[in-house]
Amino acid sequence: MNLDIALLLAQDGLTNGAIYALLALALVLVFAVTRVIFVPQGEFVAYGALTLASLQLGKVPGTAWLLVCAGIVIALIDGFIALRERKPHRLPRILLENLAFPVALAGLTWWLAPQKPALWVQVALALALVVPLGPMLYRLAFQPLQSASVLVLLIVAVAVHFALTGLGLVFFGAEGSRTPAFSDARFDVGAMSVSGQSLFVIGGSVVLIIALYLFFEKTVYGKSLRATAVNRLGARLVGISATLAGRLTFTLAAAIGAVSGILVAPITTIYYDSGFLVGLKGFVAAIIGGMVSYPLAAVGAVLVGLLESFSSFWASAFKEVIVFTLIIPVLLWRSLRTHHLEEEEDE
Amino acid sequence: MSRSRILFAAFLAALALGPAFLPEFYVTLLNYIGLYSLVALGLVLLTGVGGLTSFGQAAFVGLGAYATAYLTVAHGVSPWLTLFIGFALTGTVALLLGAITLRLSGHYLPLGTIAWGISLYYLFGNLEFLGGQTGMTGVPGLSIFGFALDTGRKYYYLVWVLVIAAVFSIQNLLNSRPGRAIRSLRGGGVMAESFGVDTAGLKIIIFVYAALLASLSGWLYAHLLRFVNPTPFSINIGIEYLFMVVIGGARFVWGAVVGAGLLAVLKEWLQGILPKIVGQAGEFETIVLGILLVLLLQRAREGLMPFFQRWFPQSRWVEAPQSAPALPQRERPRPGEQILEARAARKQFGGLVAVNDLSFEMASGEILGLIGPNGAGKSTMFNLITGVLPLSGGEIHFRGERIDRLPSRQIVRRGIARTFQHVHIRPTMSVVENVAIGAHLRGQRGVVAAALHRERAEEATLLHEARKQLERVGLVEHLYDQAGSLALGQQRILEIARALCADPVLLLLDEPAAGLRYREKEALTDLLRRLKGEGMSVLLVEHDMDFVMNLVDRLVVMDFGERIAAGLPREIQTNPMVLEAYLGGVE
Repeated sequence: MNLDIALLLAQDGLTNGAIYALLALALVLVFAVTRVIFVPQGEFVAYGALTLASLQLGKVPGTAWLLVCAGIVIALIDGFIALRERKPHRLPRILLENLAFPVALAGLTWWLAPQKPALWVQVALALALVVPLGPMLYRLAFQPLQSASVLVLLIVAVAVHFALTGLGLVFFGAEGSRTPAFSDARFDVGAMSVSGQSLFVIGGSVVLIIALYLFFEKTVYGKSLRATAVNRLGARLVGISATLAGRLTFTLAAAIGAVSGILVAPITTIYYDSGFLVGLKGFVAAIIGGMVSYPLAAVGAVLVGLLESFSSFWASAFKEVIVFTLIIPVLLWRSLRTHHLEEEEDE
Repeated sequence: MSRSRILFAAFLAALALGPAFLPEFYVTLLNYIGLYSLVALGLVLLTGVGGLTSFGQAAFVGLGAYATAYLTVAHGVSPWLTLFIGFALTGTVALLLGAITLRLSGHYLPLGTIAWGISLYYLFGNLEFLGGQTGMTGVPGLSIFGFALDTGRKYYYLVWVLVIAAVFSIQNLLNSRPGRAIRSLRGGGVMAESFGVDTAGLKIIIFVYAALLASLSGWLYAHLLRFVNPTPFSINIGIEYLFMVVIGGARFVWGAVVGAGLLAVLKEWLQGILPKIVGQAGEFETIVLGILLVLLLQRAREGLMPFFQRWFPQSRWVEAPQSAPALPQRERPRPGEQILEARAARKQFGGLVAVNDLSFEMASGEILGLIGPNGAGKSTMFNLITGVLPLSGGEIHFRGERIDRLPSRQIVRRGIARTFQHVHIRPTMSVVENVAIGAHLRGQRGVVAAALHRERAEEATLLHEARKQLERVGLVEHLYDQAGSLALGQQRILEIARALCADPVLLLLDEPAAGLRYREKEALTDLLRRLKGEGMSVLLVEHDMDFVMNLVDRLVVMDFGERIAAGLPREIQTNPMVLEAYLGGVE
């Protein structure tokens, strides 16, 4: 290996690491606030990338229909609950949020998609279609299980992953997609040639991380999420609704996932089931951070990215083996550091 | 014969006669259900009972399948030998993975299992000598004593005999001394450890046992299909195994078979029908499976087994014999001999000093009360004596031996047994089984003897002992009730019976009278006096002053972690420092 290749691999590793860092961030956030180990995080990456790819082909992506269907189901459930509890005044909002909004978005997509609008319009549209799936997912799968144990929530998360992967196959087919790069520019920095897309990914990640930092530090919603993460009961006592916190968290997680997908789509071919492995690499990073520390998780993410790119050079067939075996020494290290008193489990 | 036995006999008969009547398709399906059941049975033990979730069982199936495929194809080894080589390989891998990951709390373990599940899958697919993604063909069939199991119909009997054997081994195991310890793992381990259970060791044992069942399933799979490739050992299949257990009902041994059957049939049916609906080929059944599972967990977290159980009235699971050979008792200390001594015992949590250089001693046959306002550090002191928490400083001696560096399960061995301020019982286990956990250290037979039920004589003595202690504390009419159905006061009494089962010479009771009615308190006072008469020493934390003053020989009063007074009940009642601590001084 010479320096050129090493630099190229490092660049690759950093680019992927930036994506894993974003996902690790989302995973830590979701776990801290809702105790859900969010295995389907990766599906949002795939949905984001493939929705954009569909739009670029001038097709209406299947996620538009998923949005409408999920909206109908939620409207039915919430509408039924509102009527049963004799609170019909809630109905207009339920219908507006879960029926009118998704239908309007799907209609917009149906009208816009064949015209192949500018790239930024497509990106905005893809985000608008995928991000609302986050809170809807929370409403359908996790909100009824708010008080369940971490393990039950984990099994639900895995079940949701199954369902979303299957739906991805229905919507996008078995073929992978790669979107055109946002920028074809290349910069020569000394011996290294840096692709514009890599800069986009790393830059995008940094901007998103800063935005999240500001959100958590400066806004009331961000602070209430942090409060919920620190002490769920305490947060409820001061009037922070666990449901609102959950929806907000899942919105953020979906947004982070979809943006990651859109950023990474020009670099790697994304298949309907690619999200799982990408998300799990985020997990490896998050576990390095003990599922609680954001900075450690980010460091872990870069580590995973670098390990992946270098091992794909030396032993490409064993790339996944190496990355996922990395978790074992990490777990060992964690287990030596943690003095836990296990949570009591109810039956 | 009870109704459940008749139903079970009918089930066995149907199972045995099935292949004679069923078309090939259903025999194949039943073979697969049997293979799935073996893996799911391991998961019931591991996840449903032990509380350790694994998504990686498919990888263990793969180890068993690849071990036999490679050795029989490439080296011509006999399949009956490779079965055990597969066990050795899988057992070693499970032991290593378990040693690393089982120490982790709750959610790290399942994440870890996903990771190594993926890792092993890619390893199978990328190792040249295992045939890569295309796999290996030409795996030989099986024959038993020259009788070739060359059709699915013949193979069926091997599969289902093994499944039934696995069901019985797990049922036997759960209904035994080590089984009770396994069933108490979920409670967090503090209780189990304080009665001498090596919880870390037990976790590894059930993890390895589940892995071996998976390996057996893999071995059967390889010789049934005569072909292996990586696909059936992927993480998705590992997830499906867990789904089976959840669908069936993770707590129920037969739930594994029910869940495996339902999932296999459902998958088969969906794979037939869904591509027609969608109009293209693909694994669409995952959508329905995923949604069904979410609904199931939202609506019926116990799985479907409770619905089936209505048809199978449960016969009583344990029987505590009226008479059995008595267990040997440990030698009692001479009355008046010093039994327990705390020397400047200290516990700090960060900056908070919970127990501040507390010293006291106890003589054998004494009832010593440890009292003080809430937050004085009394329960912390209990946890220091019993090794639940490590000391920050000082020493604790028991019968002349220093015990403050020993773990709980070594301390109980020396004759100290305790109850808990917040009761630690297993609510779904019967009262007598809960109490029998206390006698854990008085039996020796291990997991293998238990799975084969070769330890019934010992088991009878343990259950008889539990019954005897329940008679002693007056709970014998609740022998077979679910412990969770008792009133809180009775649960506390249950804990005393459990502690007595450990044959202690020193009993540590943390607020035993809380939640008791007047008559029950009188009965408890009588019981403790009788125990004292038999030479038992009792250290007692209690807030009910009438109860305490009536009962104890001496008192030690704590406040803010410090000893503020000690003496006879009469002296303590008039001690100004004590009055100030309890009632507040005049400022």
